[in-house]
Amino acid sequence: MEVRVEGLENFALKGVDLTVGEGEVVALVGPTGAGKTTLLNAIAGLVPYKGKVKIGQNPIDHLPPERRQVGYLFQGLALFPHMTVWENVAFGLKAKGLKGQALEQRVEEVLELLRISHLRGRYPKDLSGGEAQRVALGRTLAPWPRVLLLDEPFSKLDLRTSKYLRTEFKRLQRSLKITTIFVTHNVTEAFEMGDRVALMAEGKIQQVGIPEELMFKPSNDLVSRYFGGPNVFECRSFTPLDSGLAQVDVGGLLLLVPYTGKKITRISFLPWNVHLSKDPPPGPNVNRLMGAVEKVEHDPPFVRVELTVGPKRILVEMEEETYNHLGLRPKDHAYVVLPLRAIRTLESEL
Amino acid sequence: MRRLKAPNAFIPVIVAFSAWEVASRVGLKEAILLPPPSDLLWTFLWLLKGKEFLWALVKSSLRVLIGLSLGASVGFAFGVLMGLKETLDRWLSPIFSLLYPIPSLGWLPLLLIWLGPGEGLSVALIFICSMFPVLYNTLTGIRGVPRELLYASKVLGASPLRTLKEVLLPLALPQILTGLRLEAGMAWRVLLAAEMIAIPTGIGALMWKAESLMRVDVILVCLGVLSFLCFAFERSFLWLERRFTRWR
Repeated sequence: MEVRVEGLENFALKGVDLTVGEGEVVALVGPTGAGKTTLLNAIAGLVPYKGKVKIGQNPIDHLPPERRQVGYLFQGLALFPHMTVWENVAFGLKAKGLKGQALEQRVEEVLELLRISHLRGRYPKDLSGGEAQRVALGRTLAPWPRVLLLDEPFSKLDLRTSKYLRTEFKRLQRSLKITTIFVTHNVTEAFEMGDRVALMAEGKIQQVGIPEELMFKPSNDLVSRYFGGPNVFECRSFTPLDSGLAQVDVGGLLLLVPYTGKKITRISFLPWNVHLSKDPPPGPNVNRLMGAVEKVEHDPPFVRVELTVGPKRILVEMEEETYNHLGLRPKDHAYVVLPLRAIRTLESEL
Repeated sequence: MRRLKAPNAFIPVIVAFSAWEVASRVGLKEAILLPPPSDLLWTFLWLLKGKEFLWALVKSSLRVLIGLSLGASVGFAFGVLMGLKETLDRWLSPIFSLLYPIPSLGWLPLLLIWLGPGEGLSVALIFICSMFPVLYNTLTGIRGVPRELLYASKVLGASPLRTLKEVLLPLALPQILTGLRLEAGMAWRVLLAAEMIAIPTGIGALMWKAESLMRVDVILVCLGVLSFLCFAFERSFLWLERRFTRWR
């Protein structure tokens, strides 16, 4: 079902408009304090707001949370610690009035769907991070929600588990075709998970679109900065190479980029997908450039480093710990590595 | 160096009783002032034959049970209501904060005048003694339930009553039971003091009577029985606590 949010306002929201099509996944990104979680809470009816929320054609503003039929996967998962996995999954169904065989059948179905049947008798304290994640998702999906709200569901998992579960979730989402709003602070994750991506900042949706729109056609400075504005380069010329690659000339810098056969007009990459190194990095000499550190901006827990690479400026963002480990200072020279998969190309005007 | 193994819990008790027996038998203390444990066994059997001891024991136990049940129920109800309704909490908290610090026995003279030296007095004292701690433990338990769990319960379709019954109370239960366990012992202490001072029946009164007759053996047997009763109460609540918090 389509979800339509119109002019939502409260202590953190300053007039949010957003439409998520039926079966679509919109990934909501934005800095801390942007109002992402508050927006989900408002849709779920957990916090007061002014404005309209519609599911399908029906406004749901007058309904209490328990009657909105919204599935909400909380950041902390919120599994009931005193209930087993089976009881957790059954909770929402019992609240709906399901009993006996119908209840058992649905719980088993969900346990199988999430591949967690073997965990049914365990308490949450005995589950690993990934297992708990799947149980929480199962509990959310069990009562057939009309809309799914996911609040940074994979943020506390290690990279490998997170990657695995993202793939799993995409598989599930495709088969269930459930309308989803997926909150994350990780743009790479947002690009991977969302059919469209929305940037939320200062209590408003700044722009919604496919990744290319956000990177190459930002609607304002905020969007531009968030999606690596300085790292957008006009492409002077390009030479197609073998195996889906092309060499592009962006103002004197020669880079290898993914190529699909269409004309490449611009390229861009996100600041946190660029790697820096003081020493020559191992591996093939592809997209490895030498630059000089111009400016360092501390914005805990992140650090933004601006480098001059030939005639261009490149913005790199990293965690403070990584920056300290690198030991870079202004005027230092450093290798800039642009992984191929991190480069987005604009193949024609949007 | 080999470390000493921790002894079975009964061994230190047996050693202490043996030392006491020897000390009494060799006359370190006059037998009338410190009768040996073996003699106390006979006193215990003698007391069991008479009605007074058993009747006192039953009376005191009933007082504790009734006072504790009433106090715990009212404290629990207030705790739940105050935990759920912030306005009620704001109204009642200042009043309870003033009353709670008063030692339960401090109420004795007033209650004696109001209620007289009967059953009402003992029940009222234990009620006061147990109500506040249970109230605050329930309140703390309910407030300690993470907000996300309440949100989850609501979003999953649970009514407020179901959320209370299936989420809030089970999660607050460990805290409530801990409060009850500690208060059960306190209820016995308060009752004993009240029976010694103001109520002419019950195990406290019997001990006081034994003191006037210089029956140290009777006093010691009563103390032993009280120790056992308090221990049994404490263990029952501990069992309940473990029974309902297997998930922790």
